[in-house]
Amino acid sequence: MTVDTEPFDEMRDPAGAVRSAYAGYAGWYDEQDQKWLQRKHQEAEGVFRRTGITFNVYGEDAAEERLIPFDMVPRIVSAAEWRKLSRGIEQRVRALNAFIHDLYHRQEIIRAGRVPERLFRDNEAWLSDMVGFTPPGGVYTHIVGIDLVRTGPNDFFVLEDNARTPSGVSYMLENRETMMAMFPELFTRVAVEAVSDYPMRLARSLAACAPDKTQGKPRVAVLTPGIYNSAYYEHAFLADQMGAELVESADLRVIGGRVAMRTTGGYEPIDVLYRRVDDEYLDPLSFNPDSMLGVPGIMDVYRSGGITIANAPGTGIADDKAIYSFMPDIVEFYTGEKPLLPNVETWRCADPESLKYVLDNLADLVVKEVHGSGGYGMLVGPAASRRELADFRRKLEARPDNYIAQPTLALSTCPVFGRKGLTPRHVDLRPYVLVSPDRVEITPGGLTRVALKKGSLVVNSSQGGGTKDTWVLKD
Amino acid sequence: MLGRTANGLFWMFRYLERAENTARLLDAGFRMALTRDIVSAEEEWRSVIHAAGQNQAYRAKHGTFTGIQVWNHILRDKDNQGSVLEMMRSVRTNARMVRNAISGELWTAVNESWMELDKALSRPVTQGTVGEVIALVRRAGTLAHGAMVGSMLRDSGYHFARAGTLVERADNTARILDMKYYLLLPSLSYVGTAMDTGQWDQILRSISGDRAYRWLNGGQSDPRGIVSFLVSDGRFPRSLAYSHTMLRDNLDALARIHGQDMESSALSGASAKMLAELTIEQIFDQGLHEFLTGFTRANAEIARAIADDYRFLR
Repeated sequence: MTVDTEPFDEMRDPAGAVRSAYAGYAGWYDEQDQKWLQRKHQEAEGVFRRTGITFNVYGEDAAEERLIPFDMVPRIVSAAEWRKLSRGIEQRVRALNAFIHDLYHRQEIIRAGRVPERLFRDNEAWLSDMVGFTPPGGVYTHIVGIDLVRTGPNDFFVLEDNARTPSGVSYMLENRETMMAMFPELFTRVAVEAVSDYPMRLARSLAACAPDKTQGKPRVAVLTPGIYNSAYYEHAFLADQMGAELVESADLRVIGGRVAMRTTGGYEPIDVLYRRVDDEYLDPLSFNPDSMLGVPGIMDVYRSGGITIANAPGTGIADDKAIYSFMPDIVEFYTGEKPLLPNVETWRCADPESLKYVLDNLADLVVKEVHGSGGYGMLVGPAASRRELADFRRKLEARPDNYIAQPTLALSTCPVFGRKGLTPRHVDLRPYVLVSPDRVEITPGGLTRVALKKGSLVVNSSQGGGTKDTWVLKD
Repeated sequence: MLGRTANGLFWMFRYLERAENTARLLDAGFRMALTRDIVSAEEEWRSVIHAAGQNQAYRAKHGTFTGIQVWNHILRDKDNQGSVLEMMRSVRTNARMVRNAISGELWTAVNESWMELDKALSRPVTQGTVGEVIALVRRAGTLAHGAMVGSMLRDSGYHFARAGTLVERADNTARILDMKYYLLLPSLSYVGTAMDTGQWDQILRSISGDRAYRWLNGGQSDPRGIVSFLVSDGRFPRSLAYSHTMLRDNLDALARIHGQDMESSALSGASAKMLAELTIEQIFDQGLHEFLTGFTRANAEIARAIADDYRFLR
């Protein structure tokens, strides 16, 4: 499939009629004065700036703070659609957890020949420290972001699993706050599921995974690399909303077999650490010795049951793009069911036949680095110049195992508010999932990312994408 | 609360207070210069630079003292770490760092003030805009304090923030008093005699005490009265006595919260007691300069003890 086909419009059917999920919104929109809406549109940016909802861009200026553009037209999902998605997401997340546990224990899926051993042997995200160890509550990936794309009325695909440190949930919450502040009357006309209890659920879910050594109420802290990290706003926001401490490396040390934070009254142990630093920086004694972001000795404490780390170290093994291509098999292996949410068709360039196909059809495909993220190191064939295609061809030939390729999907579009009213732009959707020992919770909504350039399929904020509020309708 | 967070709150409010006092000082210089040619009142601007403690940094860049040079140096020079712009940047950076320890109102007040100031100071400040910029800085302080008083939980974070304000304010008031004394007195034998009332008036203005003082003294100003007012009048919120009495109260509250006797609490208690019992005669007997030097040293010692008591740094 290529972008030649007319993309699915979330708001209107091909005849131009408003789809049922958008009926309430469209009715409201048609009654609004365009000039007033234009003013609101400008107001929204001011709200984000004043409240400092920013992300940092690494560049010449140590860390320039930027806004992710916000679009005020919501992306709307019907209750029935959401139920279907939720079932598929839950199935996938359970499989992900079972898969990670298996990889670090008996490796039955490999013995059964369903995934090749080299996938984890050659994987940088593999942590031998985790072999034979089970995290408290048996949970590996406490917070998951599943990226979905849509191509038709009933065609949702998983584009990516974010099982290590999915970000952006603060935007999901702030987008809703902003919408409710700007258009309160809209929410009395359309019944939308609330997302605001996410931080409370996150706190509860994390506390439910507290280690055995916890005494009294579990103490939860968010570990941030600091104020210059691109997602610092989100780290501070989540700590604030959960009533947890926001800690940095310099606040922590290992004392008496526990990880403790330096408070004004002395060192106090932490039970659950929601870390927003990558594995390799987590413990300079175990991993990168130069890291200033982690806690020396935390892995020993972890392995002796003194702290819960969320998400568990080594979880990244599951959200590698090479693993992604095996997800349908993985889901089936651990759940005994067919996957409810399909993958996007994927060619593994490590396989010579696939590589040949990819090289022959490069101009029609999206090629991604296996370990890349955030829209870096990827090629969007149809949008690439002849020179970019030639460059990528050389990269592929030099290191085929470093790449996967997918068809250029006609991502669905959702209207954005432009100078001349509503105009369609491509979107994706990242719902957020919380995993605790006894349940999987999916917040009704998620982060809708939108490509703000006409025709563009790249929605990443680092590449100029924006965000929208996502509504899941009540029945 | 984390030691780092307490440190961030303390310094956020120290920088805010320092920026605000610097703006007040500039305001005083500006009014002083109004009586002459506003731009070229060299002596007046020289004394502003002295009182701001920026003599060395200023002389390294400029050979003359003109209003435009002085206020641009103090307000927005990027090379000047003590410029109002850089101090307000520190206020905001600290506020971001301690964001989950301050209320949303306080954060928004600081962030909005920063955005306004950053914009206002992106271009050179002219004679036409200097008054406006000074007003912006003072309003930034007022907004932040107002937001804090109205919205922050009275837990340890609040007391660390107040302690930062009061330590800095005590230091600023003492330093301004000392600078003027040092600069303007022709000789020590003049202590307590009639002096240029206009210059003493500037001390009052730069500490925003001119109206209060006139109200209390029926418009009469004399140096002994002014010194007494700025040192020991517990009703004036920028006097040394007020600053250290309130500082003691906040530090006592912190010690109670932590359930321990603390050095910082003891030191501030002793200082508040000393100031309450001090007479103007005693100050002039030991010499105003000597007294103020002793005071700023004791003030710095309290700040050091706070950092030690509450584990600001590892």
